[in-house]
Amino acid sequence: MADLMEVFSAAFWEQYGNLLWEGILDTFVMVGISTFFAYLIGLPLGVLLILTGEHGIAPHKLFHRVLGWVINVGRSLPFIILMISITGFTRLLVGTYIGVKGAIVPLVVSAAPFIARMVETSLSEVDAGVIEAAQSMGASTFQIVWKVYLPESMPSLVLGGSISIITILAYAAIAGSVGAGGLGDLAIRYGYNRKVKSMMLVTVVLLIALVQIIQTVFSRVSAKIDRRLK
Amino acid sequence: MSDTIIQVRNLSKVFGEGENAVCALNQINLDILQGEIYGIIGLSGAGKSTLVRCLNLLERPTSGSVVVDGREMTSLSEKELRQARRSVTMIFQSFNLLMQRTCLHNVCFPMTISKVPREKARKRALELLDLVGLSDKAKAYPAQLSGGQKQRVAIARALATDPKVLLCDEATSALDPTTTNSILSLLKELNAKLGVTVVVITHQMSVIEEICSRVAILDDGAIVEEGRVEDIFANPSTDAARRLVYPGGVIPEQVRADSRVVRVAFNGGTSYHPLIASLAIDCGVKVNILGADTRNIDGKAFGSMLLGLPEDKNEAARALSYIRSQHNVTVEEVEYHG
Repeated sequence: MADLMEVFSAAFWEQYGNLLWEGILDTFVMVGISTFFAYLIGLPLGVLLILTGEHGIAPHKLFHRVLGWVINVGRSLPFIILMISITGFTRLLVGTYIGVKGAIVPLVVSAAPFIARMVETSLSEVDAGVIEAAQSMGASTFQIVWKVYLPESMPSLVLGGSISIITILAYAAIAGSVGAGGLGDLAIRYGYNRKVKSMMLVTVVLLIALVQIIQTVFSRVSAKIDRRLK
Repeated sequence: MSDTIIQVRNLSKVFGEGENAVCALNQINLDILQGEIYGIIGLSGAGKSTLVRCLNLLERPTSGSVVVDGREMTSLSEKELRQARRSVTMIFQSFNLLMQRTCLHNVCFPMTISKVPREKARKRALELLDLVGLSDKAKAYPAQLSGGQKQRVAIARALATDPKVLLCDEATSALDPTTTNSILSLLKELNAKLGVTVVVITHQMSVIEEICSRVAILDDGAIVEEGRVEDIFANPSTDAARRLVYPGGVIPEQVRADSRVVRVAFNGGTSYHPLIASLAIDCGVKVNILGADTRNIDGKAFGSMLLGLPEDKNEAARALSYIRSQHNVTVEEVEYHG
């Protein structure tokens, strides 16, 4: 208990303040960039899943099945296994497989298929009748995606966004175990390896706070933009 | 009038292949005239929705031809088809409005798709909302509207591209009778004002009776009867037509072989109870109710009733003229070939 009380001492913050600040920044950078690229890949894949599905507007059995299979493979590996198994690919892409930079590649590879499924679920909530109405007006597939599917499912996509970001945040903490930087890295190096219990406490509190903030903000935004409720 | 706007020839639609193949439409022929209100009626599963979707090629017919406004729809490219669909628009049972957009933006939507400049689209959308009586709801979202209002927005949206044909797929089936009537009057008014041809798909005979000039009866994927609404009502010659025309599926020939039978339709006037009662009191004539499918909504009667008139010719004539004198009630004598 006494070690935990350290958190309130000036000495603790003098010693670890900068480290923690850097850890927070590293986590933000890792999660932010990874989320961006994971959506860049996952969003179109989710859209393709919906379009090519049996009841989609551009059904394509083979394509749909292959894509679904690839996405499932991407989702079946636990993050830590995936991370160490693609180090070669990671190095090829960004020149290193450690540090913040090295963590982003496996984070994206792991989160993109997850996001594709999240997006698929959100888009499937759009009423088929509305899609048919758009078709009956002569909308092209591209217009249906941009002007119907995405805007109509936006509240759901935003909620999905919070789940995706929180998942990536969790993965990023795991990435800390191989020296990726960020809060997870601090928790393992100081909290676990060096038994600085107060450090463990602070990182845990920070992670909890981050998740709470992300969830609250996204839920509020989702409710605010949803025009079906009022 | 009298130019054909939709011509369907030998249209068939088969779903599935091989042993699982289901023939949804079988050798359909239709001629719908420019400016008329044409009804297609059938029980659920008859193929109505498939047929209407074959008219704008949302469903591609397995065989046959669909000519709309002089163009063979089945031979158009995807791009040409999208263009063509702007002149054959559609409204739906469940309205199918974009829930995250205001009414104004819903009406603008088809114009946005066809690249009409924003300001022009907005102006036109406001005119259309005014036309359907919802100019005050431009900024409201569909979730804030009643069913009838949603359908009005959908109608405004369907008119945005100045269509030649408006397809109505069970457009009033989710609405209560009072709202149904107001939507039907609106369609009638738009048909008269804009000259847009209206094709009404429904399972409710009252809808056909209210606004259609001609009707086709679809049963099990085939058109079994077709013609002027009055004629079909007066003399339904197939079982499918009888099931639709006579309330409760009564076949008058089986009930009464020796007297006149009339079909009375209530269109929202006085309740039917007083009518039958006052017929007995005022004229001293007792009629026999052979079948009835009526609903009393806010004291107004909707639906229809099949009445057997007394055998006495004078009494029958008195009863008939009494019923004819009522407001919001229509009477047809059911022809009977004994």
